[in-house]
Amino acid sequence: MLGLGKKDLGLLAAVAALTLLAPFLLNPFPSDSSLAQFNAGYPDLMQRFVIFGIFAIGFNILFGLTGYLSFGHAAFLGVGSYAAVWMFKLLTMNVIPAIILSVIVAGLFALLIGFISLRRSGIYFAILTLAFAQMSFALAYSVLTPITNGETGLQIALDDPRILGVSATADGSIPVTHLFGLEMRATEILNLGPWQFQFSAGYYLCAAIMLAAFYLSIRIFRSPFGMMLRAVKSNQQRLYYTGLNARPYTLAAFVISGMYAGLAGGLLASMDPLAGAERMQWTASGEVVLMTILGGAGTLIGPVLGAGFIKYFENIFSKLNDNVLHGWFAFLPDGLENAVVAIIHPFVGKGWHLTLGLMFMLVVIFLPGGLVEGGQRIGRLFRRKRGSEERAAQQTPAE
Amino acid sequence: MTKRHVTRRGVLRTSALAGAGLALPTYLRAQESGFTNAPTGDTVTLGFNVPQTGPYADEGADELRAFELAVEHLNGGGDGGMMQTFSEQNLDGSGILGKKVEYVTGDTQTKSDAARASARSMIEKDGAVMISGGSSSGVAIAVQGLCQEAGVIFMSGLTHSNDTTGKDKKANGFRHFFNAYMSAAALGPVLEGLYGTDRKAYHLTADYTWGWSQQESIQSATEALGWETVENVLTPLAQTDFSSYIAPVLQSGADVLVLNHYGGNMVNSLTNAVQFGLREAQANGKDFQIVVPLYSELMARGAGENIAGIPGSQNWDWKIENQLGERYKGTNAFVQSFGKKYGFPPSQAAHTCYAQTLLYADAVTRAGSFNPCAIAEALEDFEFDGLGNGPTLYRAADHQCFKDVVVVRGKENPEDEFDLVEIVEATPVEQVTYEPDHPMFSGGSLGSCNAGA
Repeated sequence: MLGLGKKDLGLLAAVAALTLLAPFLLNPFPSDSSLAQFNAGYPDLMQRFVIFGIFAIGFNILFGLTGYLSFGHAAFLGVGSYAAVWMFKLLTMNVIPAIILSVIVAGLFALLIGFISLRRSGIYFAILTLAFAQMSFALAYSVLTPITNGETGLQIALDDPRILGVSATADGSIPVTHLFGLEMRATEILNLGPWQFQFSAGYYLCAAIMLAAFYLSIRIFRSPFGMMLRAVKSNQQRLYYTGLNARPYTLAAFVISGMYAGLAGGLLASMDPLAGAERMQWTASGEVVLMTILGGAGTLIGPVLGAGFIKYFENIFSKLNDNVLHGWFAFLPDGLENAVVAIIHPFVGKGWHLTLGLMFMLVVIFLPGGLVEGGQRIGRLFRRKRGSEERAAQQTPAE
Repeated sequence: MTKRHVTRRGVLRTSALAGAGLALPTYLRAQESGFTNAPTGDTVTLGFNVPQTGPYADEGADELRAFELAVEHLNGGGDGGMMQTFSEQNLDGSGILGKKVEYVTGDTQTKSDAARASARSMIEKDGAVMISGGSSSGVAIAVQGLCQEAGVIFMSGLTHSNDTTGKDKKANGFRHFFNAYMSAAALGPVLEGLYGTDRKAYHLTADYTWGWSQQESIQSATEALGWETVENVLTPLAQTDFSSYIAPVLQSGADVLVLNHYGGNMVNSLTNAVQFGLREAQANGKDFQIVVPLYSELMARGAGENIAGIPGSQNWDWKIENQLGERYKGTNAFVQSFGKKYGFPPSQAAHTCYAQTLLYADAVTRAGSFNPCAIAEALEDFEFDGLGNGPTLYRAADHQCFKDVVVVRGKENPEDEFDLVEIVEATPVEQVTYEPDHPMFSGGSLGSCNAGA
C-alpha cells in the first residue's frame, strides 16, 4: 500500500498512531500529581516535537544518506520562519501560503549555499556551511534589521498591511494564524477523572505534515535516488570512477533537506508568529546534528526520536527548580532533604544542558547507533528469550 | 517501483482509520470558565519567566529571589515585607483570594524564542494565570505579545525600552519599571550640571529595541542641552568583548561616551573603556567622561572600581529611604526581609518584580476575580504608595507606572561591595511625565483586553 513495503508500512502506521495519540501518551500522569511536572502533552511542546522531527528527518536525508555533515541547517529554518512571518504580515493569516513560501525560499537559499559548499566534502563542507549559517545569523541579527527586526524578532503588529484579511480584529487585537478559519491555537481540553488531555488544532496540522514528510522520506530512502546517495556515502571516489557525477545528487539531497528545514521554520512561525535571529545561530544548527546522532543517523525513525528527546529535556528539565525538588523530597529529614536537593540541583533548571550532555555521552558510548539501537537491543533481548532462530536475520540495519 | 494493490477491504480499513483519527479531536469536547486558566482548586499558579543564562543572568537570578520572597509573603510566611507599608491593605497573607500561591519558573535565555516557548508552556501546561519577569525589552515585548494572545496578564519585570509601553504596548501588559524617556528626562539636567552644555557624545548602543529607544531618548535630551552627537554605533547583544568598538572613540573627536548597555554587556564595555584609558583621557580640552544611562547595583558590582564617578539613573535604590526620607517608605521593609532571607540587599530588578507581584495580587483582590479584564480594570489609573518609589500612578492610557526617578553616581570610595552607588537626587515624577501620544511612544495601541478562552 502507498508504494511501501510491509515493514515500512508498519513503521509509518506506528508513527501515525504515535502522533495521533500523542496527547494521551505524553500525559501519563494525573494533572494534580507531583509527577505532572513530567507531562509533555501540552500543545507547545507537542508542536515542537513534530516540527523539530520534520527538521531532523530532513537533516537525516542529507547526513544519514550522503554522509555530508552540514553545520548550518538552522539557517534554512530561520529563513523559512522569516518568510512565513512576512507572509502573515503582508498577505494573509492563513498558514498555507506562509508554509508554501517558507519551503520555496528555504529551497532557493539551500540551492545557493549548497551549490557553493558542495564543491568541498568532509570537514571543509561542514566548515563552509557553518560559515554561511553564521553569516546569515549576523545578517539577520544586525545588518538586515529592517527585514528581520534584529534581536527583538520579527512579530505581527496591529498595523500590518494585510492584503487578504484585516490588520486588526473588530475588538482591536491582532488576528491569529488559522487554516481556513480553524485557529491554530484552538485547543480542546478533555478531562477524564484526574487526567487532562489537550487536543490542539495546530498540533494536528503539524502532525499531519510530519507524517507526509516522513512518508516522503521513506520513499526517498527506498528509491534509486536514495541508493545513489548511499553510494556517495560509502565511496564517492568509486562513484566518480564509474563515470557518474555525484554532485547533482548531493545537491538535490541538500536542497531537499533545506526545504524540510524551511518547512519546519514555516510551521514554527505558523504556530507562534514570531521569528528570531537566534533560530539561525550555530547552536541551533548543532542541535539538529545532536538530534540525528542521538536518535540514530541513517535510520528512518531515529531523528524523530532524537528530536523528541532533546526537546523534552529542554522544556521539562529546564523548568525543574529547587522549589519543585524540595516538594519531592519533603518526606526526607531536613538535612538529608537539603543534601539531596543540592546534589540534584546542578542537573536541573538551568543545568539541563549538563544532563543532556551526560545522556548524549552515554548514548554515543554505549549505543553508537543511537536510541534506535537501544530499542533494537531490547527487542533482541525478548526474541532471544523466546529462543527464536531468526537471530541471524536481525543483523540488518535498523530503519 | 512497487505494485499497488487496492482492495476493497484495504480502502475500507484505511478510510475507517483516517476517519476515526480526524473525528477524534472534535468528538472530545469539554471546556468551561470564562477566561484562560481560571484557577479551580485551592491554589493559583503564577509563572516567573526570567533569564537564567545569557548576558542578563545576574538580574534574572535576583528577580527570581524577589519572586520567591513575594510568594512567601503572600502566603503568610516571613515578615510580610512591603505588604505592611503598601497603601492598600487588602493582602493579609492568606494567598490571593484565599488561594495559596504557587509558582513555576522558566529560563528565557535572553532570547525571544526561548522566552515565548517557556511562557507558553507555563500557560498551557502549568496553568499559570499571570506571567511576570523578563530582563530584556526584546523578551518582554515578545512575551507581552504572547500573553495578549493567550489571554493572561503580563506583569513585566525589568524592561526599560520605550516600546514596551509605547508602540508595542498591549492591553494585558503592565509595567512598573521606568523607561528610557524617563531616564533621559531625569539625567539631562544632572548631565548639564556635571559636564556643561558644550559636549560631543559618542554612543555605543545595544542593538535591539531597548538600546535603540534609550539611545534616541538620551540623544534628544542631550541635544536639547546643546550637546552634539558625533556617532551612534550599534553593538550585538551577544557581544562580550567591546575593544574593537571602544578603540575608535578617542579619535572621533567626542568627549563623552554614552554606553547604552545593560547587564553583562555594560560591565564588559565599561571595563574595556577603562582599559583603553578613556577615564584619564582628554578631548577637546576637557576631561573625557563616560555616562551609563541605565544603572544597577548588580552592574556596579560587576564593574567594580571602574564605575566610580559615572552617572546614571535607576528605578529604585535600596538606600533611598535612609537617604531621602519617609517619601520612599517600604524600601527599608523590603530590604530588611530580602536581606534576612538572602544576606545582601536587593537590586532594582528584584524590587520591581516584587512590587509587580504585590500589585497583581492586590488588583486581583480588589477586582475579586482572576479574570484578566477585571484585573486590568483594577490596575488602570490606580494610585498607590508605600512600595518604595513614593506615590505612583499606573496610567490607563499606556499601562506605565509614573513615579520618581533616582539619579545615581558610582561612589568614589565605596565602603563595601554593596555600597557602590551613591544617590545624586530623586527627580520628581512631574519632570519625567510625558503625554501618552509623545512621538517616542506613538504608533501602537493597547487594543482591547483579552480574557482568552
